[in-house]
Amino acid sequence: MSNINLTINNKPYTVDVDPQMPLLWVLRDVVGLKGTKFGCGMSLCGACTVHFDGVAMRSCTLPVAAAAGAKNITTIEGVSANIDHAVQKAWIELQVPQCGYCQSGQIMSAVSLLQTNPKPTDADIDAAMSGNLCRCGTYTRIRKAIHRAAEMMG
Amino acid sequence: MSELLITKILKRNRHSEIGRRNFLKLSGLSGMALILGVSSKPGNKELLAVGDLAESYKLTPYIIIEKTGKITLMNPKPDMGQGTFQSVPALIAEELDVSLDAVTIVQTGGQTEYGEQVSGGSESVRKNYYSLRKVGASAKEMLLTAAAGQWKVPVGECYADNAKVYHKPSGRNIPYGELVETASKLSVPQDPKLKEAKDFKILGKNYPRPEVPLKVSGRAVFGIDVEVPGMVYASVEHNPVFGARIISYDDVESMKVKGVQKTFKFQRKLGKNKYDAIAVVADNYWAAHQGRLALKIKWDYQGLDKFNSKDYEQSLRDLKDKEGAVVHNDGDFEKSYSDAPVKLEAFYETPVVSHSPMEPMNCIAQWTGTDTVEIWASSQGPDLLKDELSRTLGIPKDHIKVNILFSGGGFGRRLYNDFATEAADISKAAGKPVKLIWTREDDTQLGPFRPLTFSSLKAGLSADGRPVAFQHKVISPSIEATMEEKRNETGESTDMTEGISSQKYELPNMKNEYVFSAFPIPLAAWRSVTSSTVAFAQECFIDEMAVKAGKDPMSYRLEVLLTKDSDTKKVLTKLKEVSHWDKPLPKGWGRGVAQYEFFAGLSGYVVEVSQRGGGVKIEKVYAVIDLGTVVNPDMVALQMEGGVTMALTAAIKNGITFKNGQTEQTNFHNNPIVRINEMPEVEVHIIADGGPTIKGVGEPGIPPFAPALANAIFAATGKRIRRMPFDLNKV
Repeated sequence: MSNINLTINNKPYTVDVDPQMPLLWVLRDVVGLKGTKFGCGMSLCGACTVHFDGVAMRSCTLPVAAAAGAKNITTIEGVSANIDHAVQKAWIELQVPQCGYCQSGQIMSAVSLLQTNPKPTDADIDAAMSGNLCRCGTYTRIRKAIHRAAEMMG
Repeated sequence: MSELLITKILKRNRHSEIGRRNFLKLSGLSGMALILGVSSKPGNKELLAVGDLAESYKLTPYIIIEKTGKITLMNPKPDMGQGTFQSVPALIAEELDVSLDAVTIVQTGGQTEYGEQVSGGSESVRKNYYSLRKVGASAKEMLLTAAAGQWKVPVGECYADNAKVYHKPSGRNIPYGELVETASKLSVPQDPKLKEAKDFKILGKNYPRPEVPLKVSGRAVFGIDVEVPGMVYASVEHNPVFGARIISYDDVESMKVKGVQKTFKFQRKLGKNKYDAIAVVADNYWAAHQGRLALKIKWDYQGLDKFNSKDYEQSLRDLKDKEGAVVHNDGDFEKSYSDAPVKLEAFYETPVVSHSPMEPMNCIAQWTGTDTVEIWASSQGPDLLKDELSRTLGIPKDHIKVNILFSGGGFGRRLYNDFATEAADISKAAGKPVKLIWTREDDTQLGPFRPLTFSSLKAGLSADGRPVAFQHKVISPSIEATMEEKRNETGESTDMTEGISSQKYELPNMKNEYVFSAFPIPLAAWRSVTSSTVAFAQECFIDEMAVKAGKDPMSYRLEVLLTKDSDTKKVLTKLKEVSHWDKPLPKGWGRGVAQYEFFAGLSGYVVEVSQRGGGVKIEKVYAVIDLGTVVNPDMVALQMEGGVTMALTAAIKNGITFKNGQTEQTNFHNNPIVRINEMPEVEVHIIADGGPTIKGVGEPGIPPFAPALANAIFAATGKRIRRMPFDLNKV
């Protein structure tokens, strides 16, 4: 165990954990941010997606010691204080979620995509979002909502 | 910390059992109940406590109105993504004349006064459409009567709108909160007047679901997100081979993992099955998981490591000519088939598949003393969970408190609450509240799974292609036999041949049979149950009959098989229209159709595919679902889009196979599900023409998709697919 310094949603944290513990479990069980979800533990489903200095990354296989290298880790809780990020607004407008469990990860991937590609095509969306699984089948809505968010962001 | 707020609702109410007749009778929660509440107001970031209800009154068990005017509606149907957090309270709110945006919705916890509380069978709306509307209407009549009494005016001069009663002639109004004390003392109207559909403000509209803002901001609380003070974590090493027993185990290395507190042997209880397992309890989940990986267990496979899918499938093929239990017999199949001038037969095969909801199985359990336990879970039925725990733990049901959170998918898996018994057993042994979390590997490998079904079909046609004899024989294991102590032959026959004898097609001399074959691995209902596999055989074979008759598959169904009017004919007619069936497609394209009606409802698809190299691409999917009455059309469209995704995964991904008594797949890399780049465009049409029967939404979108796709592939390529899964890249 050792003290590890992290910056999460622009707030500093010091956690005393096994340096090999994946960031996901530190976020959920130590820091108490439960919006980031556990789905597979192997970076296969994307439910645990967070931003490592703005870049979408799977937190379920990222040792917390490596996360300490980030200037800032953004989780779903850090996307907006009032559920008013364009991606969230588009998600609400198109009523995307079904069970909702994968949606934190979907939104983190979508926000990251729109940061680097403000007007993605369907093919761009497929490429950027194909690492995020949804068992309920919200894919057609996700595609539409990303286009809608791009529109809102102008 | 999570924003979850848990409020103890202390109710000293007299407990009353709800019967069918008197379910509207005033009654309260039984004893002390723990209930989770979230504000339903869109955009509201707070999860609200239900609050101290000392000053509140219950007009029915489903409606709690506080003197302050705050209104709480109880939702008896757990939401696992199918929309019951909106569609079910909407039934009450519509008739009560309150806005869904202004109420707090609370999930019930298996209290007896709410009766059956299972989300399953696509029943939540169709079985409660009138009863829950009556609940709302009845409460509204009590409030109207209370207001009329206060004003000393005829009740007929009063009306309700947006949580207030108005006196029409004078324009005066009183909010519900100020009427509730008087209203709660009135007798409950047993036959309240329901609104006419034209006056609906919520029902039938694309009403935004109250939980959506929570689900796009990480604020929705799923079972896995709950925290209880003093809680420890558990991970469990289960049987690699189904039925294997533990001879001994060594936890020396496990105990060296920092944070591991304890390991012990126990048993997973799933239906009649008991499986040896080792639990590792630790300060945090990661330590529990690391401790589990360090266990050294000696297993006795008891000869159960001989079971292989390949051999089992062959054994089903070998039963093709075995006479089965007759599940339907009309006319004389044998003679008609033998005399038929044109005969065809075919054999269809489908795989075992997993449910794989995105939220892995998990549960929190906390004991008080040795005979009272409290559970927090993502489950499809709080009442089922109570029943199951009462049986497995040997304690009375009223010693079990259940809190149901949002479920990260269910699809039938969460009708089986084995994970809750595990959590309770581990918590008891640990002497602390425990959060148990299964890994994705546990979820993929341990079942229960959807059963495979194989089908042998025969049809006799007249010289001009009309059907004169038909047989669908299902050969399969049964869910019941793997789960129940005493297997019921009749039950198996009807469960495993679901829908095949009740399609509306006019097929004379039909004799359907069921051949049972034992299976050593636990099986379960999976979204649309057996219809999810037998419809593939049935509707592809109908297509084969059309081809043999030299007819277009749509015309064959509509003009030869459906001469009389029916909902099925309506669905197919609509599909023909919306898919522009008669319009020629580009070269190399093909379209296929299928429908299926079963206990949950009725839908149909037209799928268009195009040839791409050695394979095909799905170009477009047209869906029609027949409901009679619709509560939230947008949610229905989502369920159909989701049905396509799930049915497509089951049709084209490898599914679950067994080798040496073990599940071969472990996680999403070898048990893949469809990704966004594989998802076709889906156009959904809803038939809601006010017919007397209300049909279900959640499941009907599954069964007809795979056969419509396979029929489209035949139309495009001439290749008849008779086995799922199949590869779209190599047709």
